[in-house]
Amino acid sequence: MIKTYSISTTINEKEYKSEVESRLLLSDFLRHELGLTGTHVGCEHGVCGACTILVNGESMRSCLMFAVQADGLEITTVEALGKDKDDLHPLQQSFWEAHGLQCGFCTPGILMTLIPFLRENPDPTEKEIRAAISGNLCRCTGYQHIVDAVLLAAEKMK
Amino acid sequence: MSTRFFGKRIKRNEDPRLLTGQALFVDDVNLPKMLHAAFLRSPYAHAHIKGIDVSQALERDGVVAAYTATDLGDYWQPGPLLVAPPPVKDIVFNERTQVPLAKDKVRFAGEPIVMVLAESRYIAEDALADIEVDYEPLAVVVDLEKALQPDSPYVHDDLKTNIAAHVVQTKGDYEAAAKDAALVIERRFLYEHGCAAAIENRGIVAEWDARAGKLTIWDTTQAPVVIRNGLAGMLGLSERNVRVIAPFLGGGFGAKIMMFYQEEVLVPWVAMKLNRPVKWIEDRAENFVATTHERGQIHQATLAVDKDGHILGVRDVFLHDTGAYAPYGLTVPLNSQCTLLGPYDIQNYYSEFTAIFTNKTIVTPYRGAGRQHGVFVIERLLDIAAKELNIDRAEIRRRNFIPPDKFPYDNEIIYQDFAPLSYDSGNYEPLLDQAIEKIDYHKFIEETQPKLRAEGKHVGIGIVAYVEGTGIGPYEGAKVQVMSSGRVSVVTGVGTQGQGHFTSFAQIAADHLGVRVDEVDVITGDTDQFYWGAGTFASRGAVVAGNAINEAAKVVRKKILKLAAEHFEAPEEELEITDGMVRVQDIPRMSISLGELAGLANPMRGAVKPGTEPGLEATNYFGPESGATASGIHAMIIEVDPETMQIDIQKYVVIHDCGKVINPLILDGQVHGGVAQGIGNAFYERLVYDENGQLLNGTFMDYHLPTSLDVPRIETGHGETPSPLNPMGVKGAGEAGAIPVGPLFAQALEDALHDVDFEILEIPLNSNRLWELTQASSQPDA
Repeated sequence: MIKTYSISTTINEKEYKSEVESRLLLSDFLRHELGLTGTHVGCEHGVCGACTILVNGESMRSCLMFAVQADGLEITTVEALGKDKDDLHPLQQSFWEAHGLQCGFCTPGILMTLIPFLRENPDPTEKEIRAAISGNLCRCTGYQHIVDAVLLAAEKMK
Repeated sequence: MSTRFFGKRIKRNEDPRLLTGQALFVDDVNLPKMLHAAFLRSPYAHAHIKGIDVSQALERDGVVAAYTATDLGDYWQPGPLLVAPPPVKDIVFNERTQVPLAKDKVRFAGEPIVMVLAESRYIAEDALADIEVDYEPLAVVVDLEKALQPDSPYVHDDLKTNIAAHVVQTKGDYEAAAKDAALVIERRFLYEHGCAAAIENRGIVAEWDARAGKLTIWDTTQAPVVIRNGLAGMLGLSERNVRVIAPFLGGGFGAKIMMFYQEEVLVPWVAMKLNRPVKWIEDRAENFVATTHERGQIHQATLAVDKDGHILGVRDVFLHDTGAYAPYGLTVPLNSQCTLLGPYDIQNYYSEFTAIFTNKTIVTPYRGAGRQHGVFVIERLLDIAAKELNIDRAEIRRRNFIPPDKFPYDNEIIYQDFAPLSYDSGNYEPLLDQAIEKIDYHKFIEETQPKLRAEGKHVGIGIVAYVEGTGIGPYEGAKVQVMSSGRVSVVTGVGTQGQGHFTSFAQIAADHLGVRVDEVDVITGDTDQFYWGAGTFASRGAVVAGNAINEAAKVVRKKILKLAAEHFEAPEEELEITDGMVRVQDIPRMSISLGELAGLANPMRGAVKPGTEPGLEATNYFGPESGATASGIHAMIIEVDPETMQIDIQKYVVIHDCGKVINPLILDGQVHGGVAQGIGNAFYERLVYDENGQLLNGTFMDYHLPTSLDVPRIETGHGETPSPLNPMGVKGAGEAGAIPVGPLFAQALEDALHDVDFEILEIPLNSNRLWELTQASSQPDA
């Protein structure tokens, strides 16, 4: 029998108690055990950034963490931001207005990279924004409208 | 029609669902009792399979089944040929399509051999390591030229050749024209493999409902209708009992249309066989070898010009790497062959290509789909001619443009849609002028560049032109319907992968039906919603599906007005449709909502009159007789560090003509994204194979997709020559950004490194390769 471990995590302000295999990726745990499928998986080797979530408020790649490592930690996923079109987070609203997404697959990871970035850099330059998202691959947009969206969001969040 | 929304920068209907993590992608589908598939793939590029032993795998807890080729019985068949060979005289075409699982022999590293089904993906992948395969490695076909030598091994032994196809197409008489040339330039050009690398890998979920006799499949495909039809045939089911859903897709770019990927054939089959839902999700390592590639051509090309740089003729003979199988026919090399002619008035053309089987991943279209290769050849030849004749690079292009009064312009050869290559409309000089102005071409060359060079900086400028055949047939269809809520539904058969169809298609319908864009629900990619269609490829969604929607919406508008006229006993001319209401002009109390009217159109009592139909709906089809030709100019200023060969793109301009524009915001996004992929193709992305046919850089650490630090701001400008081939006057725009970036880099980099005497005749480049090329030229004896 494969050994499992008991973990307790707070995810989007809700507490979960789960039994997981030691090798279960945090990304798979969120997506397939808890059904939080807003977090996407693009490469499973920590390069594309699609699976980025917040762990204790900081951006982390959920494909590079095991679920057991999340024991006792506080996790935030894209589902914790605005939930529908009338209730979007200013960052989501800005991505909408500036056409900051096309297929939308990388978008949740980019949003979760930008939440702490904008918290620490409320008035970023384009260069700073480009550096901040340089660990998130987007194959559709060429990044320009993403940069525009972040500039707009910074404006909105002032 | 009152054009209130067509042509406007409107934010997208689909975005809130994507931004909140609610949009359904294939890997989000989770069904009770679902099994997970994993595939054992060949580590060898070419080997006999002497034996396969899955017994250890079957003993592992949680493993349900394992299948080899022989276990498939009669279901084991080579895949269908998606595109037949073109009607070209004396064509050679050796059809070899992929098989579901390799049987006696593997033909590329990554080819699937065994399918394992288990209770979890983790267990299924564990079980792959339990399988024993006895391989006898064979000599490998990697190099295109060696593949044609008599001692070469064969990818398909029974063919006794590695030639997949041979095609000659001509226009005029190149040899005769070249006799009068002031200058003849001949060069050899290389273009290496790259891949689409959509951030979402492929995936498929299949569910068999034995009681209903119905198969439902969620598939990351760009062409759900074609997948439905093919699977129904293979599985012996009626098309009505197979439903293929292509939900939100995380990018496609061409590689998600390949009838049929092996997994698309196997997962539905095994779901029926085991009577349990089955999911397979590709991982990135698999994607690099199992999802199709693009590129891989060697051109030997000759340009004949007069003393003023006018093109007298072009001769091009090229080899095209089609990989181990060629299910997609000749679309890619035909695109290369045709698009080489570009926006230029070329009267004499000889083009010959040989498509070659190699022990590599299958090659099918990826954004640009071979057009890049042709554009690279002609643009480089023109650059070299300009240099030899001391003509400005922009000027030599201007001198050769097809003049605006020569459209439609017949190129006399057959295009990928098998229609004659004829350009419907275009006006290229104004595009060039706009690009020159936006990048300040003359000032850069005359003032800025000399000044920066004096400071020791290596800055260069590039300017290139291209055309893109878009919006080809055969057809698409659409159903437009006013729902009882008053909202409008638009249903079409094309799949969507981020192009903004939920919005651009809504804009088309909204204008005709007097509703807001966000009151139109576009449904795509579900074969139970719309039966007919071909798919999303070749920059055709807006042209082909868009025009079908346009025509259907016009019919619905007529039905609305007719019914409202009867209802109000008022003439149709006095009615207006605005804000979701039909009104009698100037009589405010005489109004009815579209929803109520839809109810009246579907009465519970009384008879629907003969010759009329219930409901406010219409279905229409549009099939263009040939493609619409988009065009454009890209220009760039780049700085190179001559020590490290690191680049810095300082300015990038795209002037583009895709006819009438539905949504400029979405169009800009398409152009930006295309350029980003073009930049990857030109300078970062190269799939490197060793002599054993092993891919050496199959991870995102080693295969560098452009990041936000590599892609510059892109300035766009537009020209507009509406297409006469469709009522909306639109042309496709999806691929344009990606097409001319290779030659643009080559030209600008040579200009930046002007103090080194070298030519760039290959793509993709990278800093290392640029260093090698410049070193080779400075040490000619080395």
